[in-house]
Amino acid sequence: METLLQQTVNGLVVGSVYALVALGYTMVYGILGLINFAHGDILMVGALVALEAIRLLQIYAPDLGLVPTLLAGLSISVVVCMILGYTIERTAYRRLRNAPRLAPLITAIGVSFLLQTIAMIIWGRNYHTFPQLVSTTPLEPVAGVFITPVQIVILVVSAVLMVALVLLVNKTRLGRAMRATAENHKVASLMGVDTNKIIAATFIIGSALAAVAGVMFSSNYGIAHYAMGFMPGLKAFTAAVLGGIGNLGGAMLGGLLLGLVESIGAGYIEDMSFGFLNSSYQDIFAFIILGIVLIFRPTGLLGERVADRA
Amino acid sequence: MNELALAIPWLGKRNPAAARWVVLALALGAPLIAMLFGKTWVRILDFALLYVMLAIGLNLVVGFAGLLDLGYIAFYAVGAYTFAFLASPHFELHLPFWLVLPLGACFAAVAGIILGLPTLRLRGDYLAIVTLGFGEIVRIFLNNLNHPINITNGPQGINMIDPLELFGWDISRPLKIGEDITINSLFLYYYVFLAFVVLSIILVQRLQISRVGRAWAAIRDDELAAKAIGINTRNMKLLAFSLGATFGGVAGGLFAAFQGFVSPESFSLMESIAVLTMVVFGGMGNLAGVVVGALALTALPEILRHVAVPVQQAVFNQVILDPEVLRMLLLSLAMIFMMLLRPAGLIPAHSRYSRPELVVGKPAPAEAAK
Repeated sequence: METLLQQTVNGLVVGSVYALVALGYTMVYGILGLINFAHGDILMVGALVALEAIRLLQIYAPDLGLVPTLLAGLSISVVVCMILGYTIERTAYRRLRNAPRLAPLITAIGVSFLLQTIAMIIWGRNYHTFPQLVSTTPLEPVAGVFITPVQIVILVVSAVLMVALVLLVNKTRLGRAMRATAENHKVASLMGVDTNKIIAATFIIGSALAAVAGVMFSSNYGIAHYAMGFMPGLKAFTAAVLGGIGNLGGAMLGGLLLGLVESIGAGYIEDMSFGFLNSSYQDIFAFIILGIVLIFRPTGLLGERVADRA
Repeated sequence: MNELALAIPWLGKRNPAAARWVVLALALGAPLIAMLFGKTWVRILDFALLYVMLAIGLNLVVGFAGLLDLGYIAFYAVGAYTFAFLASPHFELHLPFWLVLPLGACFAAVAGIILGLPTLRLRGDYLAIVTLGFGEIVRIFLNNLNHPINITNGPQGINMIDPLELFGWDISRPLKIGEDITINSLFLYYYVFLAFVVLSIILVQRLQISRVGRAWAAIRDDELAAKAIGINTRNMKLLAFSLGATFGGVAGGLFAAFQGFVSPESFSLMESIAVLTMVVFGGMGNLAGVVVGALALTALPEILRHVAVPVQQAVFNQVILDPEVLRMLLLSLAMIFMMLLRPAGLIPAHSRYSRPELVVGKPAPAEAAK
């Protein structure tokens, strides 16, 4: 029972990171119908830029204090990722907006690998230790469950960001324009929506979320690496599909569910498979879920759109 | 044979016969030319031919049937590991290659069907992500299936794999003709691989103009319309998947025998992407393009390795971009710029049944109507 509770907490923490990344996928997919393969790598850039910024701050402004340093590093990385997201959209995707599906998809894969390569050139192949500015030593156990301060921060920050995003999309002018563009580009532009601007804004918002997710991911695990974006990216996409791609609430639900399944599954996989499989197989849960969802409910849990088969 | 001539477009159009002879002479003489620069280059040529086979197989899936497969290297892994299991001291099995190679191909085909079944009802981009996940699952299993029962030997991989043996003659040993002429085994492998590649090209080309090939083209260009005219789209897609996987399986088996060693590291996502780039770069749906793409993108990084490293050493006194980084940079840039600037590839598909302008470059009718 204690294992279950502990893994539930861990799952919620990881799941909220997935959810933040999944929101980026789902927003872009909702508007452009494009799987932005490079989204996971923006998470990686976010983490590594924050790492570099914090390193520099610790050298040149050692008296700044832990929290201001972290916030400064985070803001720098968010800004860098927003610019990056915009640049990618502008240079790589915009020209292909009217091309058939395969073309932007292939370009997106290319962008993803380009980002990884550039990160590899700048930061090398080694794993970097991410400075633990928020403590990762567990607090006093509650009901036998250990939780670390950084995990609490992750849960709170992601909850705040998700609420903010939902408000942005549902209550503001920009959000209405985004929904209109997702519904139908042409009609939206006839109604006076500058769709190019809206699409760019979508990429920028998604990239900012990914940057935050990257910093949280690295703070939690204490490492950063040029290829770290791949797995969270893939899992976040799975989460988006699980919840119903194009649906914001779905992405959040999918992310949390996926985190839970993965974490609880990893805790019990050894018993379930009679010792044959162990927790190094943790990563396959996401793919199994993806397969099951696609077979039985391709529209996802909350998705209302009928999968476009043509 | 026309495909052969098109590998040299500027000559192929004016004088197909001459172009054909040039291609033939190049194919046969390539290892001799490579030998002038050293044995390494012959080895690179051998690998290039394996990539050509992979690219031909992937082209079947992506170029002909329009299904984006990002885990193609998994089939290569299936073929290679089948060979390693059945012809190495690992399980004390030493079956002959003419048995192991087809078996590997069969397993790869079955893997293709297993992968295809749940995803084929869905649209292309989902397929891409599922195949990506599949490729990773295969690698995770290869990496971890060494305990509690040692099946794959984990990250260390399996070595001492039996070389190819043709009629009791081991081609990994130099061939001696008479007293003083010996032919290096790298050459022998080259010609064996060349035979496989030629066979694949002939097979795929016949396939492309067959009923099946036309059905694939129809599915790629407009799946709904293809269904409406009575094509069993599910079976046709499965066929594309499993046939494509078969080529991967055969190439994998050859790779295992040639290298004598397999490990999960050789089957990373990067390799899937590399093969996809070769197909995209050369020209989706066009055999000559794909072959040229595979050769170019195998040779270029190697040339860069031999040129860029000394240049960097001379200019900066240190190596800033190591060869592996250069290769990744080259592949990713090739992919992006090809899609942006010349979406149909280096040598665009030409024939009646493969019109990539319907796949890339111009919106498909259904898309435009939207």
